[in-house]
Amino acid sequence: MKYMMLIYSDESIWTESERAKCMAESVDLCHQLNGEGKYLSASPLHYVETATSVRVRDGKALVTDGPFAETREQLGGYYLVDAANLDEAIDIASRIPGARMGTVEIRPIFELDNLPVVKK
Amino acid sequence: MQKQIEDIYRHESRRVFATLVRLLRDFDLAEDALQEAFTAAMQQWPRDGLPHNPRAWLVSAARFKAIDRLRREARLDSLEDLEQEPAAPPEKEQEAIADDQLRLIFTCCHPALAPELQIALTLREICGLTTEAIASAFLITPTTMAQRLVRGKAKIRNAGIPYEVPGQKHLGERLKAVLTVIYLVFNEGHHASSGASLDRPDLAQEAIRLARLLLELLPHAEVRGLLALMLLHHARRATRISPEGDLLLLEEQDRALWDHSMIREGQSLLESALITRQFGAFSVQAAIAAVHAEAPTADATDWPQIVALYDVLLRLAPSPIVELNRAVAVAMRDGPQTGLELVDSLLGRGDLRQYHLAHAAKADLHRRLRQYPEAHGAYKEALHLAQQQVEIRFLQKRLDEIKAKLSRH
Repeated sequence: MKYMMLIYSDESIWTESERAKCMAESVDLCHQLNGEGKYLSASPLHYVETATSVRVRDGKALVTDGPFAETREQLGGYYLVDAANLDEAIDIASRIPGARMGTVEIRPIFELDNLPVVKK
Repeated sequence: MQKQIEDIYRHESRRVFATLVRLLRDFDLAEDALQEAFTAAMQQWPRDGLPHNPRAWLVSAARFKAIDRLRREARLDSLEDLEQEPAAPPEKEQEAIADDQLRLIFTCCHPALAPELQIALTLREICGLTTEAIASAFLITPTTMAQRLVRGKAKIRNAGIPYEVPGQKHLGERLKAVLTVIYLVFNEGHHASSGASLDRPDLAQEAIRLARLLLELLPHAEVRGLLALMLLHHARRATRISPEGDLLLLEEQDRALWDHSMIREGQSLLESALITRQFGAFSVQAAIAAVHAEAPTADATDWPQIVALYDVLLRLAPSPIVELNRAVAVAMRDGPQTGLELVDSLLGRGDLRQYHLAHAAKADLHRRLRQYPEAHGAYKEALHLAQQQVEIRFLQKRLDEIKAKLSRH
């Protein structure tokens, strides 16, 4: 099964060196997961202040600054993994460095079979 | 024959179901296939005689019913999986069935499911209670309970909650979750006893049955401890409520009416748990219940021992409620004034301010110190927060007694 892991945390509590360390550890983790055949994709995101929200109403795109909802924790990055079941996904989530500062939300991927395949 | 088939249904249906969940990997498909297999048994067994191994017959019949259905619904992926799944060899069958039940318990009590879903699924899928029966036990509508079960099964399926006994690394923690579900079921039954009626299942009894099953499957010290705890409490069930329906405190209960053979079973289970030195919080709570059960009279209770056990419990599972219980035990050991100081400092910390029994304990200690105005205020607070009818009646009675004393002064 494929699982999306969304990493939420309070951006303001991270120091620069903590962020750098988290990214380095995350890169290591991705290589480990790749070796285990479980890695599909992963990336950190820029700060939430870079976010842009778009809503289409009556056929018109409304563009606003910032995220749609104000919450204490912001989405800071994601992993897409292939795991046998939820327990394996939980084990992977527990290894994500961001889990130590924030929350990892595990969401099973709803698989559609008629999606295009990316051309390399 | 009819009667025999009913007996087999009662004893075997949940076991067959657990095996079917493993084979079919789908709760609803397993449930339907199980019902169809029993319908077939009702037709065939009276004609052809009871099969040599009814359980294996049912598993095999249900499996064919499921294959038929998957074929009809053209669910080819599931069909392929099912046809590749090897049946357990006969000599391993007993073991396989036990494993299947254990797997199902861990699936239903998975921490990724909300506690109310864990309880609903456990009672439905493992105990085999009907949706209506579970709903009436929890005083909610069958529709709400049915929705809860649907939500639970959907989460198991869509989130990929495994049908497995957790590995050694997670077993301890996950077992704790299973035991907690069983204890929640027990407490629900224990507290609801006054409202029990014929069509409401006895949840306390159901929890004890579940713990016995779990102990058979997984003879772990804490499983013994939990079963001991429940038996030691359940042994007092007949004396907890007066014939008038009022709550009776431990010191008011007629100890001759306690179920002493149940107490003995609890004690021996507890000993076998403690001897392993692998026990946890449930075993310690059972040890506390055992000290109460062993006291010939309320006055003869070994309070120093109870305080010591609460100290152990606080180390294993710290919580403000355990601290409150410890404070009450200290009051019995050292006198109400010492206990009151502990209760006041606990309430001062704020955690228990909304907990009616903390105010009830404070009220009782003031009452014993003859500080009636303070007792009056605390009983009123407790009454304001209490939810259960028996407890409300008890607190009201105490409040009335205090009012009478105050008016005389």
